[in-house]
Amino acid sequence: MAFVAPKETYSGKVYQVNAGTGANALSFGGENVLPFNSFEGTVPNKPLIAYEIQDIPPADWPENVQKPYSSVSGDPVTWAKFCQDTLKAKAIALRLIGTHPDRENRSPEDAAKTVKDVLSAINVPLIILGSNNAEKDAPVLIAAAEASKDKNCIIGKAQEANYKTIAAAAMANNHKLIAMSELDINLSKQLNILITQMGFDKERLITDPMCSALGYGLEYTYSVMERIRLAALTQNDLTMQPPMLADVGMYVWKIKETQAPESEVPLWGNAEERGIAWEATTATALLMSGAELLIMRHPKAVEAVEKVIEELGG
Amino acid sequence: MLIIGEKLSIIAKRVREAMMKKDKGPIQEIATRQWKEGSGIIDANIGPAEDGGEDLMQWMVTTIQEVVPLPICLDTTNANAIEAGLKVHNNQWGRALINSTSNDPERFPILELGAKYNAQVIGLTVGKGGLPADAEERAGIAAEIMARAMEYGVPLEDIYLDPLVLQIATSQDHARHVIKAIKMFQEINDPPMKTVVGLSNISNGCPKTLRPILNKHYFVMLMDAGLTAAIADAHEMAEAVQEKKMIEDVLAGKKIDDAKKMAEITKTIDVIMGRTLYAHSYLEM
Repeated sequence: MAFVAPKETYSGKVYQVNAGTGANALSFGGENVLPFNSFEGTVPNKPLIAYEIQDIPPADWPENVQKPYSSVSGDPVTWAKFCQDTLKAKAIALRLIGTHPDRENRSPEDAAKTVKDVLSAINVPLIILGSNNAEKDAPVLIAAAEASKDKNCIIGKAQEANYKTIAAAAMANNHKLIAMSELDINLSKQLNILITQMGFDKERLITDPMCSALGYGLEYTYSVMERIRLAALTQNDLTMQPPMLADVGMYVWKIKETQAPESEVPLWGNAEERGIAWEATTATALLMSGAELLIMRHPKAVEAVEKVIEELGG
Repeated sequence: MLIIGEKLSIIAKRVREAMMKKDKGPIQEIATRQWKEGSGIIDANIGPAEDGGEDLMQWMVTTIQEVVPLPICLDTTNANAIEAGLKVHNNQWGRALINSTSNDPERFPILELGAKYNAQVIGLTVGKGGLPADAEERAGIAAEIMARAMEYGVPLEDIYLDPLVLQIATSQDHARHVIKAIKMFQEINDPPMKTVVGLSNISNGCPKTLRPILNKHYFVMLMDAGLTAAIADAHEMAEAVQEKKMIEDVLAGKKIDDAKKMAEITKTIDVIMGRTLYAHSYLEM
């Protein structure tokens, strides 16, 4: 008798979310199986990787991940175009880090202008992220959402402290919304409920359970994501069915392992390769736990993860 | 079901202030109410009570027993305070209950006190390390506590095994592990071991309106699992007994007429059994 592989059937399905407009619009999510288990059901879209850029030069990034962008990162528009045209980015994530009160404290108006300029230079989907200062993100993301009205961007991140204003802005300007909670599955569910109770369509949400880097709590993110996905698929929990975001680059490129030069820790080997491997490994682990949207920094790490996605058959 | 009235805890502001000022009024009022509402034992939780714990426990025991003809559950980690309380405990109203020993060697002297004063003892199924992962681990620890009790001369029928109720808002899986543990504890011995839970911890950290709902459903489900005693609010548990039939009907798969109640019961049971993920707004979904 021929071997028949045992198959799981699931009662739920991840929502399919699209971003961008026109020919370059993209969808992610939509599967009714665990990551890459296409033999058990349908996986209509591959996970999407967005290149991270920011509104100010990346002086705080480690040298090895600044390098690929050294000729373009002085200006977000050139940077975005480089990602799209040279690196063939499928999506771009613009982090408005310069708006943080402890950084350049750029105004919402400045942020809005950057968003407009970047949008007019690219045609791939745009993710617009605040500086992760809950108070400042509210006015910044309202301005950004208005500046990108009807461009079907992904706006974030809405958190417990500011979700009302940010969700309202995303709703009024026809954007998708990232809802972030801090590594707590129950609070993640609660935030999705609260946002949908405002009248925000749950099929326009993206869940960010909060990322962490390999060696710095990755297993917590992994486990929360895995449980969110199981709730979505096996319990048909409608509040847990939005696709998930892994904001990888930001967490990976601030740890010792991606920064320490080989001269300081000879046993760790070449720092550039190490950083790329660290980002690619973290991203791959989170793909396995259910992330459908990733934000990454190093082109070679993106390339490596794209290859994994390709080989696993999306 | 034995209710151990829980309201006299140092965590409550009014009670704490009364304890500090040695003001008998609020203590006796709360104890009397818990007695009238059906408590069989009154819990006196004085916290860690490192300073003056002996005096405080003696004062609590005598203050309560002045007006309420019930035994006291001596609830503190301070063994000296427990012994002080046992010395003045009025056994004519029943035997004292000590809360608690565990599988942590530091808590073994509590068993000595149980044997010396002929008191009953709660055995919390935790060890020195982390929290038990599931029902099986709780049962394993229970067996060790039972062996230790026999060694110290406390009869097994004087031990109440406590599986440790955790907060559903952060440790949802444990809600059903505890129900299973209550069943397993009874199978470890013949006659079955007695069991107890600190009930309201299930809803600790949940919105205020949700707390009685979770407490009551959990109480009924534990009662059905064979629970002997609960440290709980007697008033709330009297309400739970009234709603028991409805909850049991839904548990048995029957429909009840009140659609709103039906939804509330179904959703709450699903959350307790881990069939839906807990969120503060689960009833609204």
